[in-house]
Amino acid sequence: MSTQITETPPALDPQPLPDLASSAGDPSRPGPHVETLNSLDILESEAIHIIREVVAEFERPALLFSGGKDSVLMLHLATKAFWPGKVPFPVLHVDTGHNFPEVIEFRDRTVEKLGLRLEVGSVQDFIDSGELTERADGTRNPLQTVPLLDAIARNRFDAVFGGGRRDEDKARAKERILSLRDEFGQWDPRNQRPELWNLYNGRHTVGQHVRAFPISNWTELDVWRYIARENIELPHLYYAHEREVFERDGMWRAVGEVSKPRPDEKVIIKQVRYRTVGDMSCTGAVASDATTVHDVVREVAASTLTERGATRADDRISEAAMEDRKKDGYF
Amino acid sequence: MSTITEAPLAQSTLFRFATAGSVDDGKSTLVGRLLHDSKAILADTLDAVTRTSADRGFGGENGSTQKIDLALLTDGLRAEREQGITIDVAYRYFATDRRSFILADCPGHVQYTKNTVTGASTADAVVVLIDARKGVLEQTRRHLSVLRLLRVPNVLVAVNKIDLVDYSEDVFRTIEADLQKVAAEVGLNDVVVVPVSALEGDNVVDPSTHTPWYTGPSLLAILETLPTTDDLERGLEPFRFPVQLVVRPQGALAPELKEADDAGASFRDYRAYAGQVASGAVSVGESITVLPSGRTATVVGIDFAGRSLERAVAPQSVSLRLSEEIDIARGDVIAATGTFGEVGQDVYAELCWLSAKPLREGAKVLIKHGSKTVQGLVRAVSGKLNLDTFALEPASSLALNDIGAAQIRLASPLPVESYARHRRTGAFLVIDAQDGNTLAAGLVNDHPGDHEDERYVI
Repeated sequence: MSTQITETPPALDPQPLPDLASSAGDPSRPGPHVETLNSLDILESEAIHIIREVVAEFERPALLFSGGKDSVLMLHLATKAFWPGKVPFPVLHVDTGHNFPEVIEFRDRTVEKLGLRLEVGSVQDFIDSGELTERADGTRNPLQTVPLLDAIARNRFDAVFGGGRRDEDKARAKERILSLRDEFGQWDPRNQRPELWNLYNGRHTVGQHVRAFPISNWTELDVWRYIARENIELPHLYYAHEREVFERDGMWRAVGEVSKPRPDEKVIIKQVRYRTVGDMSCTGAVASDATTVHDVVREVAASTLTERGATRADDRISEAAMEDRKKDGYF
Repeated sequence: MSTITEAPLAQSTLFRFATAGSVDDGKSTLVGRLLHDSKAILADTLDAVTRTSADRGFGGENGSTQKIDLALLTDGLRAEREQGITIDVAYRYFATDRRSFILADCPGHVQYTKNTVTGASTADAVVVLIDARKGVLEQTRRHLSVLRLLRVPNVLVAVNKIDLVDYSEDVFRTIEADLQKVAAEVGLNDVVVVPVSALEGDNVVDPSTHTPWYTGPSLLAILETLPTTDDLERGLEPFRFPVQLVVRPQGALAPELKEADDAGASFRDYRAYAGQVASGAVSVGESITVLPSGRTATVVGIDFAGRSLERAVAPQSVSLRLSEEIDIARGDVIAATGTFGEVGQDVYAELCWLSAKPLREGAKVLIKHGSKTVQGLVRAVSGKLNLDTFALEPASSLALNDIGAAQIRLASPLPVESYARHRRTGAFLVIDAQDGNTLAAGLVNDHPGDHEDERYVI
């Protein structure tokens, strides 16, 4: 048997995509026993249930919000969970100082529109004060942990929502929906609470806090299909655009303040988009002509690379890079 | 085998399943095979696994032509890779044109009861692995007992490593007969048995040419067509809705609603009860009873994020508006009127003990059921289940991985129901009141030792 993967591009319907809206609860549908919730309906319902549980059981929850698609999705789910009330918790961003300006602008506009309080933890501040040291490779993603834990302690947050998904990484595949962290923010993968039925145990003692991952069970494709179905606005970086880029480690890197080409790296103008929008110094773009959300759904369905494998230099450091960061308190 | 191609994605449904097996029966390889052959493994992941496999000298094992160690696709933690074992439940995702699958990959050796109970608690189906060279083991019987206890709706058995017994029909038929006998003894009916080779791929995703005597579908084809828990329960379960929150925004309206004056005014007195339908369905106009208070009202609205629904079914998250302003708080259960008896303070239950800290009679614990947590006193441990004979033996304490029966007195009444009849509303957690850890999975019993319900028999 061959181990060769031959990926067939999915023959999705021509756009516009079929009506993805839920049909459950539609009185025009016949009979009481024929309702079928599709997979997005069920994932949405599960996520909203978790968000409501955390808000009900914790004193001071917050949502980690970077302006990236998973955190935008989380905020969208939160607005649905508490309608017609406003989202009842603040958002927290750990700014690496290497963020895309477009994403920061999007973050601020979204927070303003929803009337939320934004807390920012700054990697740059910690570097300036000498509490953190810039890494030799310039990557700041691993440096986020210290400002994150500081912001959690300073604001006395007892639960922090994250948009982490189990399909992203093999260490995240073992993460709980409610993940207990000690006073150092550490994840102990070998000693986790069993998670049974849909009963989430968020008990914690002083100094501990909980990370909550309501979209644990979503895949990248689910996220994009849901963004398409709900018509959720995202930073434009997620869609194909022309950009000055150079190639490094098989990824297209944007030319910018913190990501400059070396003399042997040729700068070209290319049609690209981002699958993740993290730290500019370690986030690569992919060549793409997907200009609409429906194009992106098709592209993701046909992709032969994982989202992090395609775009994150920091996850290539070692086979257990994510596990090691999480044990130190990373999301 | 078709991958995620032809069918409209919009129609795909969600199916949750778990795997259970003994040590070295090739479970991680089976999971790797399912992911690999259903094209859920992307090129960069496969490259990494191929490199690691080569580094470790994999290939040619047992005469196999496989170049990669499929188990590396699932064993994600550093310690797991180093020791070649699976430590914790891992969740995997793949899709075919019919279904999106969530797979809980449960390790088989240490703490197998804890892991199997965890994986099975949310599963629509569990695949139990047997090594064709070893046949039905004591652990197989234990796995089947636990699955029976947890009322997993569909149980499949994959007889793995069939290539190592030369694809022998005789070997398979003997194991199949042994297995059906054990299944009948523990009270499981309709167990589906499939001969597979996870390493070579026989009957996992595609039907095998090596087993002409097996005419059934492949493992994945079966998983694509089995009914989900919700499918099976639809129309049978009475409506149950644990209240998570009271939505009463008053001034704190969503900004877009605040701006519209009229809307603002009409939402000022908005009051609804938010939760997820645990079982059954509810329609506008139906009469409901609040548990434990027993007060009744009529459903006047079902809201979901600005949309008004006529009806909601399990497992939808919605908000219910009621005709009367009655006292309802988080932890109460809204039920269809006339479908619930008396709410009591004494619970008889089976406990799957998941903690290294043993249970002793007289222990004070917390009981979490639905959206409510109350104190509980373990009055008596009435016995421990012998998983080999499925008989209740005398015991006064429970240790890690034990399953036993206990009687618990609650500090305030909870609307618990028999797990045998209500898989979602008959379950609870036992939590350590001191350190907050989860101690046990609880399954409510009508009477201690009674397992004679046949509701999942089709």
